[in-house]
This record gives sequence, structure tokens and C-alpha cells, in this order.
Amino acid sequence: MDFAFTEEQNLLRDSVRKFVEKDYAFEARRALLKTDLGFSREHWKGFAELGWTALPFSEADGGLSGKAVDTMIVLEELGKGLVLEPYLPTIVFAGGLLRRASDALRERYLPGLIGGETIAAVGYADPESRFDLATVTTTAKREGNGFVLSGKKLAVLAGHAADILIVSARTSGEMNARDGITLFVLDAKTAGLERVNYATVDGLRAANITLNGVKVGADQVIGEVDKGLPILEAVTDEVIVALGAEATGLMEVLYKSTVAYCKERKQFGVPIAAFQVLQHRMVDMFMEYEQFKSMTYMATMTQDAQRPLGKAASGLKVMLTRCGRMIGHAAIQNHGGMGMTDELAVSHFFKRLTMIDLLFGNADYHLDRYRTLPE
Amino acid sequence: MDLEFSKEELAFREEVRAFVAAKLPEGIREKIDQGQPLNKQEIVHWQKILYEKGWIAPNWPVELGGTGWSPTQMYIFDDEMGAAGAPPVVPFGLKMVAPVIYTFGTEEQKKRFLPDILASNVWWCQGYSEPGSGSDLASLTTRAVRDGDHYVVNGIKAWTTLAQHADWIFCLVRTDPNAKKQQGITFLLIDMKTPGVTVHPVITMEGDHEVNETHFEDVRVPVANRVGGENQGWTCAKYLLTHERTSVANIGNLKRNLRRLRREAGKIKAGDGVLLEQPTFARRVAEVEIQITALEFTTLRILSQVARGGAPGAESSLLKVRGTEIQQALTELLLEAAGYEGFAFVPEGGKALGAKFTARAAANYFNFRKVTIYGGSSEIQKNIMTKAVLGL
Repeated sequence: MDFAFTEEQNLLRDSVRKFVEKDYAFEARRALLKTDLGFSREHWKGFAELGWTALPFSEADGGLSGKAVDTMIVLEELGKGLVLEPYLPTIVFAGGLLRRASDALRERYLPGLIGGETIAAVGYADPESRFDLATVTTTAKREGNGFVLSGKKLAVLAGHAADILIVSARTSGEMNARDGITLFVLDAKTAGLERVNYATVDGLRAANITLNGVKVGADQVIGEVDKGLPILEAVTDEVIVALGAEATGLMEVLYKSTVAYCKERKQFGVPIAAFQVLQHRMVDMFMEYEQFKSMTYMATMTQDAQRPLGKAASGLKVMLTRCGRMIGHAAIQNHGGMGMTDELAVSHFFKRLTMIDLLFGNADYHLDRYRTLPE
Repeated sequence: MDLEFSKEELAFREEVRAFVAAKLPEGIREKIDQGQPLNKQEIVHWQKILYEKGWIAPNWPVELGGTGWSPTQMYIFDDEMGAAGAPPVVPFGLKMVAPVIYTFGTEEQKKRFLPDILASNVWWCQGYSEPGSGSDLASLTTRAVRDGDHYVVNGIKAWTTLAQHADWIFCLVRTDPNAKKQQGITFLLIDMKTPGVTVHPVITMEGDHEVNETHFEDVRVPVANRVGGENQGWTCAKYLLTHERTSVANIGNLKRNLRRLRREAGKIKAGDGVLLEQPTFARRVAEVEIQITALEFTTLRILSQVARGGAPGAESSLLKVRGTEIQQALTELLLEAAGYEGFAFVPEGGKALGAKFTARAAANYFNFRKVTIYGGSSEIQKNIMTKAVLGL
């Protein structure tokens, strides 16, 4: 049992932290938000040069064979800067699926992903799915040596910029059967693939994607036909763990900036931090932050120990809702009217945390998943 | 970062597990499992078993009878003991007064008091709170006036837990009423048999006799029983309070109580199924389990800091606040699980009308309201964290 970071991991944290400090001042981020792309290709190239995009991939695939702890460090620090580049959707999510793909697919796509040239995104939620990965109404029908895909995917993060898309589609079975789901890698420019791009309420970009008879070869399947769900579930659990790391960073900023603000803001002739009601609320924020950070560590270490991850990920997601709501609401409340404004960073951190809460299922969903999953 | 215990730590865990499986008397295990309070004889019996093994006081210096374990080993030990349903040691002698004696006491005091504490030959209780001094402990007014080689003590100590069994009491007394309130306090060891000491039971809402008021009327205490200097008692008190808090969140114990809740709720009939399978109840159980996991890892993170030479600091207040909240949540769920079977009042040691656990379900729910009050209430802990963690 050891909670210490290695020297390399400390250096990694420093380098991400420096990037955030240097390139992600609040106004610089605001400028990026107004661009069409919503993030910076130049930054993304920089991520690749620093090796961050290579972290989770094996050395054989041109990666660095990093551990979940390394991903945790990167996302915790990116979270503190509300960084807009698509590390989570492209590297952790799409990358996580591609890592499990055939030699041919890995050779085709990973160099571009690692090199920072390819943006990848995942479409996994159909209009009827809500948070259930097994509810898939998008269909994939065999035709000749390939498949034809039809259906709709919602909230595809970074879908607006994606060069390749990985989607789940039903190749057999009822709409919520665990068997019969297949994962396909699509070129985003394929005929019949339409995107409606939009900004999300937390400043990121996403797309709703319609597949109108999109043709794809059988060699573009990740894993086996009909057997995609366990892969999608395993990777989603890893993405939830990484999301926990980002949320840890967000919660740290929210609680610390609230303490700093309350020490400066004066009312009734004294800093409002002198009031016990506000002090105890801030202590509650601190405790929730520490408890959540512990869950992130637990889940990350569980992943690195290669133990079953489902319960850990769902437990983490339940705590993300509980702790995130408490911390987010308290941050706004202690900031008073200023907390309501677009001008202060606190509202932007709160909005990001709120969206993370819904992503991949809220606490209601994960509490039921947690209690019904075997140990 | 690594989730796994080392080979040595795993071997140690096996050793502890095997020991407690072999040595914990079944009657005691059963009582703890059913949430029944133990009597004095049972407590002393178990503590002597630990004493003979050399494991009664892991936190003491090795030369005085401690084990020299690493913080991780201490954690494993507590965790395994809690998980197996071994009763926690009564802390007043072993975990409270002893560290004060070996840190601030004279050689003679160490020789006189420590061996009997180690062997559980002498039962200690704590004389801190007073009717007028709860969270504001330093406002205490029990007076000790010097008279030759003695102090003459007058006053009342409140919430003296298990004083009815005690041979000795350690007290904070006021020796200088004119000094600033923390500066006029002295730490005294008082023989409960001294004339003028009387113990008055306080019955708590569940009907148990666990706490008392201890009165002192012209009680003559030899100056030799003073630990530390006159008017230096607050230093001892502060030192002791940090000792009191570091071992608060007994994760093994929480997990065992969760297992027990699951086991009992899995037998309670509800419609054509059992309570544990009802989604609303099962969700609440799952919430508590997740909270325990978070607290377990917070504990381990703090331990890891300590092992690398850091101090636990005010983070241990977090363990106290969250740990006690979870304890309360578990008693709440157990009472709700009992349902109508929890209605019957069963006096201490009495038998349940229904399932065994129901005898103490309500009593423990009521009794455990104390845990967020004693040892520094949750509000006091938050004040401590305000200062230390938030820098306010």
C-alpha cells in the first residue's frame, strides 16, 4: 500500500501544471471559447510533443505504457485549468477503445492519435439510451463484405472536430440486449454521416451525429461482431475514473478559491471568512474534496491493479454527484452575487462539474449499478 | 501508487487474523456482533489476552510494552480486530492517560502506573468535562488548592464513562483561578477510593448506565500524583486530545457493521422478498458502503503521510467527523431494518422478542447520538479544521 508518486510522475504533474499556468489564464481560455474549433490545434500538437497523448498506449504501439495514475495526474491538472483540448474524449475514451482493437486498426489509427494529428470521438448514446450502454437502437446491417449503419448518436464530445468516430451499433438482438452490439471505427467524412455541432453549457464542443446508411468495412470492427458491449463497458469505466481525476482538480479549485475569496471580501466591516456559518460550509467543502479525492485514488489504483473496475467506477460516480454538488453549490453561495456572474471563474468550474455529473450516468444510475454489480 | 499490501504486511495480516480467530472468546464475539455492551469482566478478560500476546498497546514506545509497528501495521491490526468483532480496548488507561504519563510523567510515575495499565489490572476513567464545561473545556472550575504535600480537590466531573468500574481517574483541575483560563490548569491522577470521591450514575436515553457524574468533596490528592508541572495541565490535555482523535475511524469495525446490516436485512421478510432486495433500502445501504470506501482511502492516505514522516494534523478531525456520521447512519439503518421488532424495550443484557439483533437496534441508535458529541463535537472539529486546514 503506497500513495507516493514516482519522480517521473511528479515531473509529469509539473509539466502539465506549467502548461496550465502559462497558456490557460482565464482570458486566454475565454478567447479560445470564441473560436470555431473551441480549442487550440497548436496546444494539441504541444500535448503530443510533450508525450501526453502517448501516455496510455503501449510502447509497441508507439506509446509510453503509462499507468492509470499517469492519466489521473494529467486530467487532475487539466481540470484545474478548465482545459478545452479533447484529452478525455480522444485519448482516454476513443484511445481506450482503439487500444483493444486489432493490429491492423491500431496501426492505422494510433500513430495519428499519438502524433496529435487525428482527433477521435465516440458515439455511444442513442436517443432511447439515457445512460444505459446496452440500449442501442442504431442498427448495423450486413451488406456484402461490410455493414450499413443507421441511427443517431447524441452528445458526442469533440464530435465536431473528429476525424474518426467510433460508434456502437446493433448487429443483432433486442434494443437492450447485452449481446448483439458491435463497435465500428468510421471515417468522419464518410457519405451519409451528418453532424450537428454545438457548444455545451460548460464551454466544450459536441455533436449530434446522424448515420444515414453509412457504409463501413468488416475490417473496421473493434473486437468481435455482436461482442462490443463488454469492451465499451470496460473502457467507459476507465473514462469515468479519468473523469474523476478531472473532477478532483475542479473541486480543489472551487474549494480553495472560495476560501481565498471569503478572506478578501468584506461585509459588516470584516472579511466574511470570519463568520462561522461560512467557515463550517468551507470545512464541509474541504471534507467532501478529500473524500472524493480518496475515491479517485481508490478507483485509479484499482484500475492499475487490474482488478474488476465496475464497482469502483460506479462508487466514484456516486461520490462525484454527492461531493460535486455540495462543493459547487457552496462555492456559488459563499461567493454571493459574484458567484452568479460569467466574469468570475467559479461559475465556469461549477458548470463543468455539473456536466461531468451527468456524463456517463448520474448518481441514481450508478447507485443502482453499484448495488447490483457483483464484488 | 500501489493498492497492494507488501508481502510482509500480508503475512502480518494473516498473523493477526489467525490470532483473533483462535483467541477471541465466542461469547464476547457474539455479544459484539449483536451490539450488546460487555461487562467489566469480559472487557478485562479480552484485554489480558491481548496483553499476554504483547499486542495490548501498539502505540506505546517499545521499551514500555509497545509493538514498534509501522502506521500501516497499526492500521491492519485495528482493521482486522474490528472486522473480526473483537471489542475495542477501553481507551482511558491505554490510549489516554498512559501516553500522558510516559510523555510528561516522572520515572517514578511511569514505574508505578504503566505496568498495571498495560496488564489491565487497574481501570481508569477520564475527568475532563464538567457540568459547565463541555466544548469550552478550558473553562473548567474543579478547584485544587495546595495544602502541604497534597491538593484538596472540590468540584464535579461530568460524563465519566464507566467510572462505576474505575479504580483511578485522571483529572484536569484548576490550580490558578486568576491566570488566563488555559494557564491555570493542572493534570492530576486520583485514586477513586479516596474519601470524598462519589460516583453518581447518569442513565442515558436508551436506558443504559454507561456514564456518570463524579463528585469531589475535599478530596486529598498527593502532590506526587501530579503529572507535569503545576498549571501545565493544558499541555497534557492538548497532547491527549490529538491522541484521542487519530484512531477514531475504525474502518474494520464500520465494515463489519455494514456486513451485519446486510446479513440481518437479508433475513427480514418484506412482502414476498427480503428488505435488502428492496431498491430504496438497498440504495441507502450502498450509499453508506461507498462512504466507508472513501473514508478507508482517506485514512490510508493520512497513514501514508505519517509513514513518510508527516504529521496527521487536523485531517484527523475529518476522520472523526465523517467516521462518526457513518457509525450513526449504520445504527439508523439497523433500527429501520428491525421495524416492529425494534419496538420492544429490552433492558441491558435482556433477550429480544424477535431476531437477536433487534434487542439493541433502538438502544444503539439512541446511544450513538453521542459519537458526534464526545471527543470534541463535530462543530468543534470544524472549528479546528477552520484554523488548521483553511488557515483562518
